[in-house]
Amino acid sequence: MNRRGIRALLYAALAALYVLHNDLWLWNDPRLVLGLPVGLVYHIGFCVAAAVVLGLLVIVAWPPWTASAASGEGERR
Amino acid sequence: MTILIITVYFAVVLVIGALGSRLFRGTGEDYFVATRSLGPALLLLNLFGANMTAFAVLGASGEAYTSGIGVFALMGSSSALVIPLVFYFVGTRVWELGKRRGYLSPIGFYRERYQSDGLGLLLFVVLNALLIPYLLIGLGGGGIALAQITGGQIPKWLGSLIIVAVVLGYVAYGGMRGAIWVNGFQALLLLILGGVACWVIVGQLGGLESAMSRLAATHPGLLVRGDRIRPLQLLSYTLIPLSVGMFPHIFIQWLTARSDRAFRLPVAVYPLCIAIVWVPSVVLGVLSRLDFPKLPAGAANSIVVRIVQHHAPGLLVGLLAATLLAAIMNSFDHQVLAVSTMFTQEIVLHYGFRDRLSEWARVLVGRLFVVGILLVTFLLSLVFDPSLFKLGVWCFTGFAALFPVLFAALFWPRSTKQGIAAAVLSVVALWGWLVVSQWRSPDYTLGGTGILPVALVLAVSIAALVVGSLLTRPPDGATLALFFDREGRDNRERP
Repeated sequence: MNRRGIRALLYAALAALYVLHNDLWLWNDPRLVLGLPVGLVYHIGFCVAAAVVLGLLVIVAWPPWTASAASGEGERR
Repeated sequence: MTILIITVYFAVVLVIGALGSRLFRGTGEDYFVATRSLGPALLLLNLFGANMTAFAVLGASGEAYTSGIGVFALMGSSSALVIPLVFYFVGTRVWELGKRRGYLSPIGFYRERYQSDGLGLLLFVVLNALLIPYLLIGLGGGGIALAQITGGQIPKWLGSLIIVAVVLGYVAYGGMRGAIWVNGFQALLLLILGGVACWVIVGQLGGLESAMSRLAATHPGLLVRGDRIRPLQLLSYTLIPLSVGMFPHIFIQWLTARSDRAFRLPVAVYPLCIAIVWVPSVVLGVLSRLDFPKLPAGAANSIVVRIVQHHAPGLLVGLLAATLLAAIMNSFDHQVLAVSTMFTQEIVLHYGFRDRLSEWARVLVGRLFVVGILLVTFLLSLVFDPSLFKLGVWCFTGFAALFPVLFAALFWPRSTKQGIAAAVLSVVALWGWLVVSQWRSPDYTLGGTGILPVALVLAVSIAALVVGSLLTRPPDGATLALFFDREGRDNRERP
């Protein structure tokens, strides 16, 4: 996959995260997971997932207007 | 013991501020943006610290006590996604333009982008008007926290005065240099001590599983969102973190970066920092119900202080005080410095004194503004004491609704000064009307629908910006080349 495709894929992943933030299916679920309410655990996991996607964005799709991306540095890593 | 720890903490902060200030180079650019020299780690700690106010510790735990765990999804995890994206898309572009054009504050950027002094003045007034209540959140929260933690030995007014004096100590002399080193230290404390306090108290409560099981039996509604938070509320709350783009102190923080590469760490790690600080606050907030089943609404803001005092008096109370002060001063100092920068650069220097003031005199003016702003904020904090969370949300609403202004300035060449002015004025009018009409309402949503006012104000702001821009003459090509054409920008760099 070329750079543009990877960038589009990561942007799609961010959009998916935005949708997944609205966890309606756990709204009234009182279960405890690892000692915490499942709704809280889900959003902790959401933060970890966001960090992973943003980390990939930083490594392979740095904004094209930046000097390091223009010099190819941002895309190389 | 608590007062001793607080005293030691303030002394450490002042020493770090003094050491950081030794790097101060004596120029205006160094005083206001540290000569654009921050690397990734300090940029992360400062951006994170500047966004964590008393709101994240006192407000979040108070709201969790009242509404349950849903507060983390509302403000915590939504910020974890939206704020790094603002850094990625907007922060990097602001940094690049700031470096090329020599901007020191957002006002200078807007004024040049739209070739309009009037627009610069309008934004100066609006941004400061929204920032001053935000300053009061910090100072008011600090005074309340110190009064609670010391059992009234340090009254609220004295606590606020001590914070003002300490911030004055490291900001007035070293400017941004003093602030960034102190904030690096304070952000680290914030990341570590909240978790430690939570771990100790949960241990005192018999462990997480046991405490949560008891909470499930006595207050099951706190473990779910139920009717306390509505789906549309959660969805529209994701717009609130857009406010970060319009905070003048964050804009100026972006300008302090050494290069665009310095943004990589903040973008990637920010969501984890959010979870590390917010989750202990929320857990302590809900678990406080076990010991304090029914506190009046106003007392909920200090719930985290109460539970720490109840379970771990002594050393931990002192460390909690340090954590709270770190959260409060981290953003407070940058906000004070931002207001000082805007006054000095965009009013005093822009309107007639640029050629008449030496570098030394510019720094002196900046320092005098820091002193003046701290004094005024302190005096206002004595008579102004609304709910921290409510005040914060209204401030965030105003800033978030202005976000299209920055986005259009950076990414939409066709936007015009008339369109931007229309957007700003629409936000001022609608936001002001909503604050007045809804201030007494316990339900911060539009007509009880669950939709937050920010969604409406933001939509109107975007519409005004687009319609106003399309109905007026496009900006001239030479100006646009400065901002949108790489070669054009390179050829027109400031001397």
